[in-house]
Amino acid sequence: MTTEATPAHIQLGMTDEEYDSVCEILGREPRPAELAMYSVMWSEHCSYKSSRKHLGRFGSDQPWVVVGPGENAGVVDLGDGWLAALRIESHNHPSFVEPYQGAATGVGGILRDVFTMGARPVAVWDPLRFGPLDDPHNRYLLEGVVSGIAGYGNAVGVPTLGGEVEFADRFSKNPLVNVMALGLLKQEQLVLSAASGEGNKAILLGNATGRDGIGGASILASASFEEGDEGKRPNVQVGDPFEEKKLIEACLELYDEGLVVAIQDLGAAGISCATSETAGNGGMGMDVDLDNVHVREQGMTPGEILMSESQERMLAIVAPENEQAVLDLASKWEIDARTIGEVTQGPELRVFSDGELVAEVPAASLADDAPIYDRPAERPSYLDEVWADEPSIPDEVDVVDALRTLLDDPAIGDRSWISSQYDHMLFLNTVVEPGHDGSLMRIKGTTKGLAVATDGDAFRTYLDPRRGGARIVFEGAMNVAVTGTRPYAVVDNLNFGNPENPEVMWQFIEAVDGMAWACEELDLPVVGGNVSFYNQTDGVDIYPAPVVGVLGFTEDIPTKPPRLDAAEHDMGIWVIGSEAEGDLAGSAFDRILNGSLRGRPADVDGDTARRVITSVADLASSGTPVVHDISTGGLAVALAEIAIKSSIGVILDDISADELFDETPLRAIVVSHHEPITPVNCRRIGTVGGADLDFGDLGSLPLADAAHIWSSALPRRMN
Amino acid sequence: MSVAVVVFPGTNCEHDIVHALDLIGVETELVWHTETDLSGADGVVLPGGFAHGDYLRTGAIARFSPVMSEIDRLAALGAPILGICNGFQILCEAGLLPGALVANRDLKFICRHIHVRVESTDSILTNRAEVGQVLRIPLNSYEGNYIAEAIDDVENADLVVARYSNPDGSIDKQGNPNGSTNAIAAITNERRNVAAIMPHPERAAESILGSSDGMVMIESFAASVTAPLSA
Repeated sequence: MTTEATPAHIQLGMTDEEYDSVCEILGREPRPAELAMYSVMWSEHCSYKSSRKHLGRFGSDQPWVVVGPGENAGVVDLGDGWLAALRIESHNHPSFVEPYQGAATGVGGILRDVFTMGARPVAVWDPLRFGPLDDPHNRYLLEGVVSGIAGYGNAVGVPTLGGEVEFADRFSKNPLVNVMALGLLKQEQLVLSAASGEGNKAILLGNATGRDGIGGASILASASFEEGDEGKRPNVQVGDPFEEKKLIEACLELYDEGLVVAIQDLGAAGISCATSETAGNGGMGMDVDLDNVHVREQGMTPGEILMSESQERMLAIVAPENEQAVLDLASKWEIDARTIGEVTQGPELRVFSDGELVAEVPAASLADDAPIYDRPAERPSYLDEVWADEPSIPDEVDVVDALRTLLDDPAIGDRSWISSQYDHMLFLNTVVEPGHDGSLMRIKGTTKGLAVATDGDAFRTYLDPRRGGARIVFEGAMNVAVTGTRPYAVVDNLNFGNPENPEVMWQFIEAVDGMAWACEELDLPVVGGNVSFYNQTDGVDIYPAPVVGVLGFTEDIPTKPPRLDAAEHDMGIWVIGSEAEGDLAGSAFDRILNGSLRGRPADVDGDTARRVITSVADLASSGTPVVHDISTGGLAVALAEIAIKSSIGVILDDISADELFDETPLRAIVVSHHEPITPVNCRRIGTVGGADLDFGDLGSLPLADAAHIWSSALPRRMN
Repeated sequence: MSVAVVVFPGTNCEHDIVHALDLIGVETELVWHTETDLSGADGVVLPGGFAHGDYLRTGAIARFSPVMSEIDRLAALGAPILGICNGFQILCEAGLLPGALVANRDLKFICRHIHVRVESTDSILTNRAEVGQVLRIPLNSYEGNYIAEAIDDVENADLVVARYSNPDGSIDKQGNPNGSTNAIAAITNERRNVAAIMPHPERAAESILGSSDGMVMIESFAASVTAPLSA
């Protein structure tokens, strides 16, 4: 609770020490507008002050990386002049406070990050986490978030190609809404954010600036939640996909015409961030006149204008001779454009309002001089307890009943209740649609293909942050490999609790280590990422929930990539990859049927991972009808998915209950008329046919029942 | 022969229809909504999207865009005018086609492949198809639910070009994804030179994308552009 007596910097979420640093940089007390700028730019969300020390472990020096972390999006080379831009972000707290707008503006923000680089955004993915759906509030959140993503994404005209969803009690009051975007561009279209050229103009494009989203980065995204924080709703921005669509087209035309020197989107911290970053990145300064900012309402203070997070705005740096052409082009696309500043020798960023100087700060200091914290970390006390209790599958298990229960789980059952609300076909690039392990797109006019899978595993990351972190990377790599592409680059979104809790910090450091190690083993560059801390409500931290988006790439897109609905009568069924080793810690069987979360997830060997992933990609790119990663729910669920989607049963020869529900990673099902030729372990387990999921002596489940349970799991809870 | 593909602010399927027409060698030109002279065009497509943000009501603002008076003029001359999805909504708002499109029965956006059964081949959308032919094409809309006050007139004048159906061509509630009256998915005008369809035939133009069933509609439109129906 703040009172009259609370100092301004505390109200803005700064510590006393941070305030002292600002005074030191300026050699004086900051003016109100200056304090506003530092408070947002030095917030956890903008400055990564608790995480930056650890993020250096992610590598990105592979030769195909064109732009690594630090810019608005990572960029990789696809050959023949083609580049791909990718980025992932979170909008967790805004989506809890206002699910529709929180999720919608998350989509808007990530798209701007991508087209800021000169790329046309071509697809979006949404990894989501919610509390259990028996709570009506969680249903409200899921409904609102999905509507927001659909409402914004469909209208702005960028297809949503997938994502994933998990449900757990720890996400009840802190849902996670992550969003990843992919853009395509030609080499010559690449634009960066560093302003250069004294006298160049800074032109603000797009929406009017209003009071929405003031302090979104510092107050919403960088603090824990308590009961009653719904009052923070005014801190959530409001999205306008129509404005964004016009802005995308206008910006892409600006790049085509070669009219901009640099460009930056206005996201967290609004004008403060965009002006200081463009100037600071170029080693320049900037003079900004707030009187020229088109505002939505009267009486906004300079601090409010500087901090506003109103959506759908871009700042373009333009040579003076092109100023009029830019304004004309904006007018054609019916978007507002005003020259609000000019690049100077610097290094000061000077802001004027009503003819008066309201801020004068070293431009680079807002980003570069932000504090870096080495927060204490401590191994969580729960680990010994959960590791001491290894789950197992009871001897007397009824396999058919168990499978029924698993198929009814909303994170295992058909998720098309979500994905059919998203337009996933626009642009005519979608070859493998949502509902598969990874989605596959073509690049028109080439033979190239791109796949993306987003993956997270909060349960295993909780049970062992290092192994859990590594396994989501391997899982994502498997999921793009089954589309016939090679894992090519990664972006990560690190969702964690309160970093001031040493146990959370330990989870974070361990998970980063595990992820960085796995990426190194697979020679996968991490080209961008985002950290979302303070996912804590009423003192409860979320399960550590890092999410990766893995990009897969192939020069020769398969003409018939594997599909889950391609199984046909008499085809053989094989399991390839690692041997099942009884890996049940964090498994769906143990969580859902035993109702427990315990054990220690198995470690993964890097050599094995490389061999299996390569072999899977080889099989998938050579005409194999079905290649399906075995993950949540094990072999039983993976087989059921193939059977249900292909509308034909499966007959297993001799299978044990243990193997059916085991979740040992790096295993895949292959269904084909021909025995797979592969250097990794490969064992035939059955045949496609009949109208049942036939597990031999273990029992059999009619396919129609399985299909009904699976397809109603989510709708029956939501409708 | 050249087809004008009209782009309103908020239109987003313009490149998709251009791509599908290009597959069969039809030249296209993107035309901004402020254009007032389409005299060089032999046919017009109003593609899908969210013209003017769908604000107020789908198509309600677009009908006042400057280009629409030129489309009125071409329609009166008998030129083939095709609306897809949002283009259907705009043509209804503009009074070039009867009826209107309202929110889907389940109040949710629908994005999936559905089936339509061809009801009439006397249209710029189906002149290469066969009556009873069932096509698997994607539906991608929130306001796709067709209604018409004068539904009997629409039916009696044989204006229904295609209906939503089950894969076997049967028509019932289950095969009607959005609650459209009489399962109507596509209609034409009485002169049969203006037609519109809610699902997206251009998204089913290549088998690598899951279906090429929509190509017969794209080809039908191309054929009518080559030989415009005369007055």
